[in-house]
Amino acid sequence: MPVNAANDDPDKARRFRDAALPHLDDVYTLARYLLRNADDAEDAVQECYLRALKHFDSYRGPAMKPWLFAILRNVCRAEFARRASSPTDSIDDADDSAEQTPLWSEAQETPEAQMLRQRDASAIQRLVSALAEPFRETFVLREIHNLSYREIADVAAVPVGTVMSRLARARAMLRSAWLAEQEQPQ
Amino acid sequence: MTCDEAEILLHALIDGELDAGHAREVEAHIATCPACAAQLKAYREMSQAIAGTELRYTAPLSLRRRIDAALPKAPAPRVQAPSRRAVLRGFAMGSAVSAMAATGLVAIVLRNDDTQRIESEIVSAHLRSLQAGHLTDVISTDQHTVKPWFNGRLDVSPPVVDLTALGFTLIGGRLDYVDARAIGAIVYKRRAHVINLFVAQTASTERQPARMDTIQGFNIRRWSEAGLNYWAVSDLAADELAEFGDKFEAAMKSSTTG
Repeated sequence: MPVNAANDDPDKARRFRDAALPHLDDVYTLARYLLRNADDAEDAVQECYLRALKHFDSYRGPAMKPWLFAILRNVCRAEFARRASSPTDSIDDADDSAEQTPLWSEAQETPEAQMLRQRDASAIQRLVSALAEPFRETFVLREIHNLSYREIADVAAVPVGTVMSRLARARAMLRSAWLAEQEQPQ
Repeated sequence: MTCDEAEILLHALIDGELDAGHAREVEAHIATCPACAAQLKAYREMSQAIAGTELRYTAPLSLRRRIDAALPKAPAPRVQAPSRRAVLRGFAMGSAVSAMAATGLVAIVLRNDDTQRIESEIVSAHLRSLQAGHLTDVISTDQHTVKPWFNGRLDVSPPVVDLTALGFTLIGGRLDYVDARAIGAIVYKRRAHVINLFVAQTASTERQPARMDTIQGFNIRRWSEAGLNYWAVSDLAADELAEFGDKFEAAMKSSTTG
């Protein structure tokens, strides 16, 4: 891995480590939700940190976490472009018509019904992972990472109004999926 | 306000993204619309359930090592700061750029900055406590009743100090939600004025001296001490709220040293 100029600036390396490494779990979490695959998430996070280091000189704030998220998002987009064979996984912003259509899709796997009724972490994680993009991304940035609407708008490069409508839809979809599971017998 | 507007805005209300004025508009609509009130309640419960569940993943140690190896070595490796959620962060936060965002529905003033966002949520929580007839969960003028009540309800033990002799009557405690997290509220009264003192944990143990702000006509005095963030909010005049804060801090100091 090229780490170029940073090698001769140990102070920069230390500052980068201090600033960026505490967010590793957060960045990894977002990668898991965006890519829905643990191995791909690890690769994306590593690439994100190397890119972040490369651009650390131009980093002017305001907050490290959203900045890392924006970089990770670009890494994930590139990963999706590479996976062109599976276009349904696209993380690209949905256009207006896609925002109108119901985008809830059933989760691929069918875990035991007992787990479905429990509101435990893995069940919710699975429901969230089954949300369609871009609602999943917006939802995760707000509910799991506690970013403000403005920060989400910056990370996803969309207007704040779009963040609001996506979040409303994401919550509506999650809620109906949640209720649907609870009503399932057994 | 129409239900269509409220349907979007109630999310911003839950998230504390509305300033107090717009929050009041949404709350006014909800007060007259059972359907939207039910929606708000359902979504608020969902948000709270989600906030109370650990949905983050932990980066595998192998990944941590891989990244560590790929990054250039630092001269003096430091102990890594614990990664925790940046909830109710310290006050020394970001820029004070104000963000005005107009949507097609209503012009909404979004506060760009976490400190302000949380403060406006604090004011909303204060307003809710006054409107809904839900000022206190535990009613007591006895600090030894109020303080233990918080046990098991919060991950912090908020200090409860009786200031009755100093002109501020302790009337109870309440569990509230700010920034989608449970937060302790200790309720005091001076004459007819209610003071909500919100207390939340912070990662920083550094002491932050008191600052006064005014949002929508409410005064907020905030400070940090010993790993806790405090916001006192009231419609009391600024000088009386400052007096409250000073007396609270003084009482805290004497209770820890004495």
